[in-house]
Amino acid sequence: MNLKTTYLGFELDSPLMPGASPLADTLAGARQLEDAGAPAIVLRSLFEEQITREENNLYSLLEHDDAYAEANSFFPQASEFVLGPDRYLEHVRRLKEALRVPVIASLNGISLSGWLHYARLIEQAGADALELNVYYLAADPDESSFMVEKRTLELVRSVKHEVAIPVAVKLSPFFSALPHFARQLEEAGAGALILFNRFYQPDIDPELLEAAPTLRLSDPSELLLRLRWLSVLFGNARIPLAASGGVHNALHAIKAVMAGASAVQLVSVLLQRGPAYLKTVREEMAGWMTEHGYESLAQMRGSMSLARCPDPTAFSRANYMRMLQSWRPHPPIGGPTERTAD
Amino acid sequence: MAQRQLVIVDGNEAAASIAHRASEVIAIYPITPSTPMGELSDEWSAAGRKNLWGTVPDVVEMQSEGGVAGAVHGALQAGALATTFTASQGLLLMIPNLYKIAGELTPFCMHVTARTLATHALSIFGDHSDVMACRQTGFAMLCSGSVQEAHDLALVAHAATLRSRVPFLHFFDGFRTSHELAKIELLEDDDLRALLDERLIAEHRRRALSPDHPVLRGTAQNPDVFFQAREAANRWHAAAPGIVQQAMDDLALRTGREYRLFDYVGHPEAERVIVAMGSGAEVAHEAVDWLNARGHKTGLIKVRLYRPFDINAFAAALPKSVRRIAVLDRTKEPGAVGEPLYQDVLAALSEVELTDKQVIGGRYGLSSKEFTPAMVVGVFDELSKPKPLKHFTVGIVDDVTRLSISYDTELDIESGEVVRCLFYGLGADGTVGANKNSIKIIGDETAQYAQGYFAYDSKKSGAVTTSHLRFGPRPLRSSYLIKHASFIGCHQFGFLDKLAVLDNAAPGAVFLLNAPYGKDEVWDHLPIEVQQQIIDKQLRFHVIDALKVANATGMKGRINTVMQTCFFAISGVLPREQAIAAIKKGIQKSYGRKGEAVVQRNFDAVDQTIANLFQVEVPQAATSKRRMPPIVSDAAPDFVKRVTAVMLADHGDRLPVSAFPPDGTWPTATTQWEKRNIATEIPVWDSALCIQCNKCAMVCPHAAIRAKVFAPVALAGAPAGFKSVEYKGNEWKGDQYSLQVAPEDCTGCTLCVAVCPAKDKSNPQHKAINMRPQLALRDGERVNYDFFLRLPEADRTKVHLDVKNAQFLQPLFEYSGACAGCGETPYIKLLTQLFGDRALIANATGCSSIFGGNLPSTPYCVDDNGRGPAWSNSLFEDNAEFGLGYRLSIDKHSAHAREILQKLAGVLPGDLVRELLAGDQATETGIAAQRQRVLQLRLELSKLQGDEPRRLLELADYLVKKSVWIVGGDGWAYDIGYGGLDHVLSLGRKVNILVLDTEVYSNTGGQASKSTPLGASARFAVAGKSRPKKDLGMLAMTYGNVYVARVAFGAKDAQTIKAFQEAESFPGTSIIIAYSHCIAHGYDLAGGLDQQKLAVETGYWPLYRYDPRRAEKGEAPFKLDSNAPKGELGNFMHNEMRFRVVEQATPERYGALLAQAKANITERFLLYAQLEKPEAGK
Repeated sequence: MNLKTTYLGFELDSPLMPGASPLADTLAGARQLEDAGAPAIVLRSLFEEQITREENNLYSLLEHDDAYAEANSFFPQASEFVLGPDRYLEHVRRLKEALRVPVIASLNGISLSGWLHYARLIEQAGADALELNVYYLAADPDESSFMVEKRTLELVRSVKHEVAIPVAVKLSPFFSALPHFARQLEEAGAGALILFNRFYQPDIDPELLEAAPTLRLSDPSELLLRLRWLSVLFGNARIPLAASGGVHNALHAIKAVMAGASAVQLVSVLLQRGPAYLKTVREEMAGWMTEHGYESLAQMRGSMSLARCPDPTAFSRANYMRMLQSWRPHPPIGGPTERTAD
Repeated sequence: MAQRQLVIVDGNEAAASIAHRASEVIAIYPITPSTPMGELSDEWSAAGRKNLWGTVPDVVEMQSEGGVAGAVHGALQAGALATTFTASQGLLLMIPNLYKIAGELTPFCMHVTARTLATHALSIFGDHSDVMACRQTGFAMLCSGSVQEAHDLALVAHAATLRSRVPFLHFFDGFRTSHELAKIELLEDDDLRALLDERLIAEHRRRALSPDHPVLRGTAQNPDVFFQAREAANRWHAAAPGIVQQAMDDLALRTGREYRLFDYVGHPEAERVIVAMGSGAEVAHEAVDWLNARGHKTGLIKVRLYRPFDINAFAAALPKSVRRIAVLDRTKEPGAVGEPLYQDVLAALSEVELTDKQVIGGRYGLSSKEFTPAMVVGVFDELSKPKPLKHFTVGIVDDVTRLSISYDTELDIESGEVVRCLFYGLGADGTVGANKNSIKIIGDETAQYAQGYFAYDSKKSGAVTTSHLRFGPRPLRSSYLIKHASFIGCHQFGFLDKLAVLDNAAPGAVFLLNAPYGKDEVWDHLPIEVQQQIIDKQLRFHVIDALKVANATGMKGRINTVMQTCFFAISGVLPREQAIAAIKKGIQKSYGRKGEAVVQRNFDAVDQTIANLFQVEVPQAATSKRRMPPIVSDAAPDFVKRVTAVMLADHGDRLPVSAFPPDGTWPTATTQWEKRNIATEIPVWDSALCIQCNKCAMVCPHAAIRAKVFAPVALAGAPAGFKSVEYKGNEWKGDQYSLQVAPEDCTGCTLCVAVCPAKDKSNPQHKAINMRPQLALRDGERVNYDFFLRLPEADRTKVHLDVKNAQFLQPLFEYSGACAGCGETPYIKLLTQLFGDRALIANATGCSSIFGGNLPSTPYCVDDNGRGPAWSNSLFEDNAEFGLGYRLSIDKHSAHAREILQKLAGVLPGDLVRELLAGDQATETGIAAQRQRVLQLRLELSKLQGDEPRRLLELADYLVKKSVWIVGGDGWAYDIGYGGLDHVLSLGRKVNILVLDTEVYSNTGGQASKSTPLGASARFAVAGKSRPKKDLGMLAMTYGNVYVARVAFGAKDAQTIKAFQEAESFPGTSIIIAYSHCIAHGYDLAGGLDQQKLAVETGYWPLYRYDPRRAEKGEAPFKLDSNAPKGELGNFMHNEMRFRVVEQATPERYGALLAQAKANITERFLLYAQLEKPEAGK
């Protein structure tokens, strides 16, 4: 089965790739992914906050240097420490040396400041492409949606100004006019759009009056949001789209491609089942396609997008109204058998 | 002659550079000021730097200097080239082995930063008292007086020991030379090879102990032969001076720098000559040149090889014309005819029959006391007198024994070609680091010679640093502080109120001030004294708001780059453009690895500095309405005003001998007079939200936030702003409660806010205490705090000892100089609250002895009855034994008092005697009752005559129980003091041991101890410790009759308090191992309490109490107080730089260490589960 796809300018053997995650934190992990058929490796994000935190940390340590007669500092050769960001660069270098497939690094941040230099450093370290994750919580009432979009666009332009490698932009779902914004991102130089980053939602501890951090892996119910927006954007955007979030098996991946994805990123399921599961998904995807008489992935891509879908009203307000008015208990997406398979 | 590399290094690095290249085995132990030599060796070896012969020296940290000496002795016996570094008490601990190594004629060279020995007080600073204590060991002693010499003569010593087989102690002055930065010519490997003869190394190896050619050493010899055998080595010692001279000549051939055993400088027909050694000789050299240029005939003999003392070489160095000699010793030998060098000179002159010279001896420079050319001139003046003092001191005013000579304190002989710069900064603001950088820039960019010396006060938070920088066209001999500066930088505006910053400004000097005011406003904000000095000295006054520039460029308050740029912009030592380029190059080098952004921010700061730097037009007259405020309040006791305040003003040098107690005794409770005002923000109490839990007071490291309960009537006369509310709870129903900050003593660490559990329900960001800017609050809160202190203290007999109520007990340890956010001091404070009024504390040397007893001020204080902790520090290694000694005395006194009491039973009231003997003192009520009985006893005794009533009067206080606390860090408890600690544990006497466990030697800069955990990087364990922490608690438990607790106040304060009470009430020995977060862990201590919680949650630091009393009840003595580990150990470790550096440097290895650490925790908890089973008690 021909699963070939083009994403960020790379000809890939398959659309199924690991998403930004700790899976490729070690060389051994990255190799396992490659062996399981990953057509590209996406690294965990280097966060703007990580970069600035290391700097701040450095300042608080420097406060104790040369401050006391009996100790010039409290760490050996402080100046030689490799801080988090630099270790990331080193990791990119090592992966590039060891892997055959493209290495896509990831930067996560939002402010237009010094940390953006890291895009260039990442490129210099050998990354083939960059994912720019613009996760942002718009909490300032003085900031309009236009300003949020404008800043994101500037961020993309700034990064593109720093690097020549392709840059994919990973978006959150909370943009009010996504198709228009997608077009602007394209014009700003984005090489692909990834739908979506996962919205971080801390719980609340009512006893302590504290926000309680939670880390929850994705579940397949999250796929629906992706499918919908992939189908809306496909055809409007000239750049490739990638699905990220909620893809846990071959059928999910097939749906994502049908909605318009050129690439499908998997994380939670690989964290749960191990990197080798990527191979299973790929085999099952190929099996399903053979069974259903598909010849290539290209044939399938976008078939269920808004533009091509046989029943576009399914995505429309009319269907929304029907669904609400005929509510009844409903099994979650994929049905109960699938969930047990998860 | 080959052109060698010029480098800027300090004396430690200069010597270590030779030692590391010339050694195979290096044993080390941290001790100031020699520690950097060990650290450098460790780091070089960790980085794979090889010695001359292509192998990386093996560096091993030992448990004490005694251990180091044993290890090097063994290494030498087994044929290696070994070295070590030490000073002061460390050197004393090595002495037994020094005799052995010398007695066995073993080539060995050690490097010593000569430092004061502890006598009436400890001092980390420099003099020759330590090395002089080794002059009888048989070691050759070679002395360097400058950084270049420390480099050159280190090689001479390594060479000469191989050639002579006599071991060498190479020394230079602690701090003055060890920590002085200077431009020196670096000896190349070929220079070392040329002097270190491989054939001699081979001979050393051939003499090694080996089963392949066995011999025996270390025999025991008897009266028949010992004497002769001891004399058999004479030839080697006799040959050593010639060999040293040959090595010096060999070095001179290669470098052009000539040294003699005794170097004479001065007039060839000098009549007056000084003999001195070390950095003081360099000062004398400068003074002699200056005097002779003015027509005097003076001279100086620099002693280089002190042992063996070559009398002929000495005599040869001395011009025939000399009539009078002053021998200067940097040590004191009470009871001797004179100090050692003086006696040697006298004996030498006598032996060579030069008996026509008049010789006098003087002491100078003890504990790095300043030694200046003016003093040298004073000594020469003394020599000119018809009847000079035979024994004198110089540099102090001795108004008691009148031994000090006078000199012209204003005399300035420094050459005009030398640029002299003086900077006042805070430890935390990076001033010293920036100045070190500036020296490197000037040293690298110009042909100028550069010198940098840095002085620090003894605080660990808000410490003042002074940087003394000289630049000049010729090598700089001026090893003394700058008195007449051509440039003065004051990096903190607040210093103008505390320090006489401009006293040392030369007329016409440049004065750079960092001030929160513009060029037009700043003048009016200066104290009038400062204005007057600016006018009188015609200073060129520049101002910058460095904080504004630093904050605007994202430097988060770090002003060092800004101030450094200002210095170069206005001092003119380098063309401005060249200087800025060099600063940027330095920034790239320092911060390049930290990320582009850091570099960019520093660059921005440099660029914006010039635009914000202004020259101030100086008015004709001083007009300020403001005077420098008094150093201490007028309410302070006389001693504080006469002595402490002078020291606080940095004028301690001016105090005469008569100001001091002769035996090192010092009053407690003096930190309260030192209002440091170092916090920019202080906590403010929201009394409506507060739940009165007192956790804030519990965690405060400086006793700067306190709680009281008191009757409402006490509020009479309260200042308007004073806050109090009704007490919540039953214990003190109807009373008022107040929580009060000490605004001028708080360090702003924020631990109190972090621990506060009371949040505003609709805005949880707002707590019952919140940090607010100090300046606006200072005056009002000062008045409130004064009132608060006058409120009555809680009645100790009524305080229930839980977390909350224990905080109503007065802390008797306050406002110490510990780090902001210190993790040790809350334990000490708690100790003083619970038991301080009857506590004797033995404190091992380390952080806790420094913040506990480093002058000028003393944090241990007294209650309203005048009772409080009595505190002393003996040594580092003997603290357990020292504290045990307290107990032995107390028990003897107590037993004797009871014996007499029983004897006097007939004449004293029967009930009183019975109750005094049997009174239960288990509670505060019981103790109070016993104190009352003692008062009554005193009354009764005063009516009686005779020896026994008199004796009982003297001993009566011992009828009230005393609490002995042995306090120290892990370096003491796990390493150097462990032998004594173990012995004390085994004796079962009633002493309490508190181990403040920071898991490193904190005071000397974070060197690994046996408490350092698996996977942590520390000094001397750079790559990350590969073995787990020693389980001191478990070792103590093996005795079965010792109370053992492991606590972490930030994780479970109630358990901490319970452990302290149980430990103290336990009738035998107790030990508490207390987790103490520390700056050496590498994170902002504002997060210290969270880290403690994580440490306990993840099982990294389990909490338990082992109480042998439980076994008597058939229960397991061991009780685990923390839950089974949950959460990721990695998360705890990742928060701390000490672990993260290992993770970053070697991720795979770190992964393995982390896995091992987890496995260890699992095993440990299984073991604890076993210990908790009831049968474990049987």
